[in-house]
Amino acid sequence: MEKKILKKQSLGALFDAIKAGGRRLLGPVEKDGRTTYEEVSSPAELAKDYIQTTTSAKSVVFPACEEIVRWQNEGHDVKVADLKPQTTPTVVFGVRPCDAASFAILDSVFSWDYNDEFFRRRLENTTIIGLACTKSDEYCFCTSVELNPGDTRGSDLLLTPIDGEQYLVEIVTDKGKKLVDAAAKLFTPAGNESKEKVLAKVPVKFDQKKLTAKLPALFPKENAWVDQSLACLGCGACAFVCPACVCFDIQDESGRNGGTRLRCWDSCGFSLFTLHTSGHNPRPVQSQRWRQRIMHKFSYFPERLSHLGCVGCGRCSRACPADMNLVEHLSALVEAADGQ
Amino acid sequence: MEALRKKARELLEGKAAAVVIGYGEGSGGKARAVFIRQPDKAATLILDDRCVQNLAVYLVKNEVKSLGKAAVVAQPSTLRTILQLASENQLTDGLVMALAVNNGQVLELTSFHAIEEYLNTAVPPSEAPGKARGLSAEDRAAVAKIEAMPREQRWQFWVNEFSRCMKCYACRAACPMCYCTKCVIESNQPQWIPVAPTGIGNLEWHIVRAMHLAGRCLNCGYCVEACPVGIRLNLLTQMLTDEIGGDFGAEAGFTAKREYALSMFKPEDKEDFIR
Amino acid sequence: MADFEPKIIAFVCNWCTYAGADLTGTSRIKYATNVRMIRLPCTGRIDFMFLLKAFAQGADGIMISGCHPGDCHYTAGNFHARRRWIVFRRLLDFVGIDTRRIRFSWVSAAEGAKWAEMVNTFAEEVRQMGPYKDICKLDESQLQPVGA
Repeated sequence: MEKKILKKQSLGALFDAIKAGGRRLLGPVEKDGRTTYEEVSSPAELAKDYIQTTTSAKSVVFPACEEIVRWQNEGHDVKVADLKPQTTPTVVFGVRPCDAASFAILDSVFSWDYNDEFFRRRLENTTIIGLACTKSDEYCFCTSVELNPGDTRGSDLLLTPIDGEQYLVEIVTDKGKKLVDAAAKLFTPAGNESKEKVLAKVPVKFDQKKLTAKLPALFPKENAWVDQSLACLGCGACAFVCPACVCFDIQDESGRNGGTRLRCWDSCGFSLFTLHTSGHNPRPVQSQRWRQRIMHKFSYFPERLSHLGCVGCGRCSRACPADMNLVEHLSALVEAADGQ
Repeated sequence: MEALRKKARELLEGKAAAVVIGYGEGSGGKARAVFIRQPDKAATLILDDRCVQNLAVYLVKNEVKSLGKAAVVAQPSTLRTILQLASENQLTDGLVMALAVNNGQVLELTSFHAIEEYLNTAVPPSEAPGKARGLSAEDRAAVAKIEAMPREQRWQFWVNEFSRCMKCYACRAACPMCYCTKCVIESNQPQWIPVAPTGIGNLEWHIVRAMHLAGRCLNCGYCVEACPVGIRLNLLTQMLTDEIGGDFGAEAGFTAKREYALSMFKPEDKEDFIR
Repeated sequence: MADFEPKIIAFVCNWCTYAGADLTGTSRIKYATNVRMIRLPCTGRIDFMFLLKAFAQGADGIMISGCHPGDCHYTAGNFHARRRWIVFRRLLDFVGIDTRRIRFSWVSAAEGAKWAEMVNTFAEEVRQMGPYKDICKLDESQLQPVGA
């Protein structure tokens, strides 16, 4: 992998070059105690010291609400507008390695049995500039799910701040190379600077392989799931902040003159998620919905798609109003499995 | 705290309660809701300034109801919520026990009447029972700040606040008074409120929710805590609490008798805008 | 603004205001054509969501009218409505919605002239205020995905 050095003070010039190419630039911005991805023009706007953003960057490729069809009633005719996804080239700066790895998870679902053009076009037009982690907190658990704070997977360029002055830049993909070439004079060749020294040390918090192997046997153990999920409010915050959660609902909204078909985020934690039109709900209690969340991410995903559905970013636990701490719950499940 | 742990243990050992809902140590130095069913786990209960989550939200959940008789560690907002839920026939008298901690002593409030009495005498601010207690000075100032803005500025403020909304409904899930099995947002024939997290959908959701809570909200603030993007929903409900208290002399959660301002009226209600 | 004709939706109760408006017609009193009447059995039936929907679908002004207090055909419907409006109006104002564009009135079945006067006055006021785009145009800027 080609490596370069970028001085921190050149970041502004890089941003300028990115925007000059007609691209939209997003970066983490702090406001009122929350850090979210917003359009930025200069490094001064970036959040100074954040471990992780509050909401993920998934809405760049999978928006919270997307119009997929629009129609208009004209007399006795209906005119249907097949909408094409927005394809403004976008660069997202400051994506943590865990989040960068989540794009592959989204991709695997959106190309599984049907090639979702909306997602695909957005992903094609998005360049990810990752930012390796030099710090972590108690909620992070990337190393427990086969990732690490300096992982290059999913980033087109990965920046690691190796000292106060400069970033080590790893050019991971052709897209990344194109971006570097567009501002080539800002980058100098790297020597043998190592990023290992500065990367955050995130201890492994639970045995994920064991968990995945044991989950099917834990499925019928109601008590384990009930105990964990009593506090859960079924609010949906975890699914909405999760970079790897991909469930959506399709809703038509129409009036006399026409209407629109929307694809919006959904959460398996909602009580209505599996409600049938007959009124039957195969997951009528929260413990079953909680179980579904764990099984989906740690059992069904690896079974069907050969990788996990979780990247260990910890947002779900940070955002949960009832403090459902995922690491705690997963560790408890591994222990429960041990007791088998 | 010790008194509380002792009481919890007693209740569970004596089978006076099947579950004690209280606070325990959580992650990030926060407190979290815990459901103690074994007497020896009672030692994990805590009670300090971090314990502000309104635990009454669990009393209306079927999963918790099915555990049996519940004893809940009750801060003033939880006590009021119990009374308000009682006034709306959502709780059965005698099946919920509130544990109020006052000056190191744990009081077992085993009936709605006991809670009413407790609230009307022991809980500050002390005003004559039955009169609207109203907002704290801090809350009133926050509402006044918005009202002082010119209309266009107020509108922009709220459009900005609501633009962050992702329609995750954490606010609804966290609120004990939002217990409808079919919420208005889930109505799709017709779709009253658009599900999309865009301008009109967000505006309508928050306005409708505030109106459905007008006169019922206990101002526990859990909705704002739960919101992952920190929308200041409580400003809406606090303003309405103030309005209903001022106009109709009613405030939620001080009695188990139904006194819902919007299902009652007085022929002499006053207004100045109907021609 | 010279050509702007406001769209006004009027939610009226069947027994008083609607009958009153009928009387306006049979008395051959002319009044502004901007108003679209929606007849309901009683003002108590008017859910506050109707108002939100009216604005969301492009209404520039809303009128709500029913029987005088004490005269409700269903005895107390308008009393309930009155309380509802007192609270809702304050909420709308707090959120920054233009409450000058909502006119509440009690118009009885005998007050044909009053109805005409209410509509004419209100239509002129809304004409002066201009179109109300705040709510109905909200979605346009937001349906395109922004950042994250």
